[in-house]
Amino acid sequence: MEHMKIPYYPGCTLNTVAKQFDTSAREAASIIGFEMKELSQWNCCGATFPLTPDNVIGLTAPAKVLSSARKEGDTLTTLCSVCYNVLKRTNKVIRDNKEKRNVINGFIEEEYDGSVNILHYLEVLRDKVGFDKVKGAVKRPLKGIKAATYYGCMLLRPFEDIGIDKAESPTIFEDLLRALGAEPVEFANKIECCGAHLAMNNEEVVTNLSGKVMTSAVDAGAELIVTTCPLCQFNLEKSQPRVAESDTGYTPVPVVYFTQALGLALGQDIETLGFEKNSSDIMPLLKKKGIA
Amino acid sequence: MKIRIANDDIQSLEVRRLERVSGEDVKRCYQCGNCSGGCPVSYAMEIPPTKVMRFLQLGNIEDVRKANTMWLCVGCLQCYSRCPQGVSVAAILEGLRQEVLRKGASKTEVRDVPFPFLKKAPQQAIVCGFRKFVG
Repeated sequence: MEHMKIPYYPGCTLNTVAKQFDTSAREAASIIGFEMKELSQWNCCGATFPLTPDNVIGLTAPAKVLSSARKEGDTLTTLCSVCYNVLKRTNKVIRDNKEKRNVINGFIEEEYDGSVNILHYLEVLRDKVGFDKVKGAVKRPLKGIKAATYYGCMLLRPFEDIGIDKAESPTIFEDLLRALGAEPVEFANKIECCGAHLAMNNEEVVTNLSGKVMTSAVDAGAELIVTTCPLCQFNLEKSQPRVAESDTGYTPVPVVYFTQALGLALGQDIETLGFEKNSSDIMPLLKKKGIA
Repeated sequence: MKIRIANDDIQSLEVRRLERVSGEDVKRCYQCGNCSGGCPVSYAMEIPPTKVMRFLQLGNIEDVRKANTMWLCVGCLQCYSRCPQGVSVAAILEGLRQEVLRKGASKTEVRDVPFPFLKKAPQQAIVCGFRKFVG
């Protein structure tokens, strides 16, 4: 593979509270042999795709990101599931709906046609690099770690707009973890919601939903939960102590971004993976498995 | 409970307007219940998704407006993903929220969001929360 440079959109959260998600992904990319080139101009994507077709103004922020990206190439990669969802769906509207395209372009004063191909980092690894090559680059296999790959909603739905993998039984995430040497576990709530933005005003629902995700993972034998979204990560980590309090049979497990697991397996210095920024501690697990 | 079915209600202009805003056709729903089964928050909803659809078919938008349902929908699209008729209850609920927020009312006031949350939460939660709850 020749040296690949892929335009990259970090999004607001990866620039702040999820910095470790961003840095571990960039470092892993450079080990595997591609470069994530941050867009020179970007703004927040709006963090939610407007669900009503009536709400066109909600598409202008992501459209601006897409039109900046087009100036830097024909592909754009992103890590956060929400950014991915919003950008990919907005791009489809602009590409397929001429009337809306004109309204949006008029508003943002650009001529964007929907021709950027939006790839999640997982898709870059699967389709551009290949999981076999990732596997070949593994220096510190996550041997013996039973990992729950938590997809959440935004990485997958709606299926016809996103299409990263099968809607109800995706495997892309498990396939990556398997390449890293871990043992993915099958658990019931892997594509269920964590409670998302209800974190702002309804902690009870978030604890319930995130709790169901974590208990279903741990009941299936998971020793580690891996995420692709800073909001899933936040909701799970924040809910875990409460879940452990109310369910005495529950054993808390570390929750990490998939790029941290990737960096770990690629042999990155553990100190640089930002595990101290997570609120759950992965070190006891790594020591127990003889990995650190 | 007695349900009054009248032509005037079924042809409710307010429901038609909601259909236009949300891009959905409430009559497509045949009440299989998959949406309420798949919805992770239906347990806490005063009117679960399937019933929302039935109420709207009967022109009873008022009860749906009063219920907590629209404010609990997380937009995870499980209802849409599992609907054999391709209906997005999430879009309909967003249409109802939009109606409230566009008039300037809010579900959550910015000053009521606890400061420790604002400090620690991912920006995306705050941006998304503002768009879903603040008018």
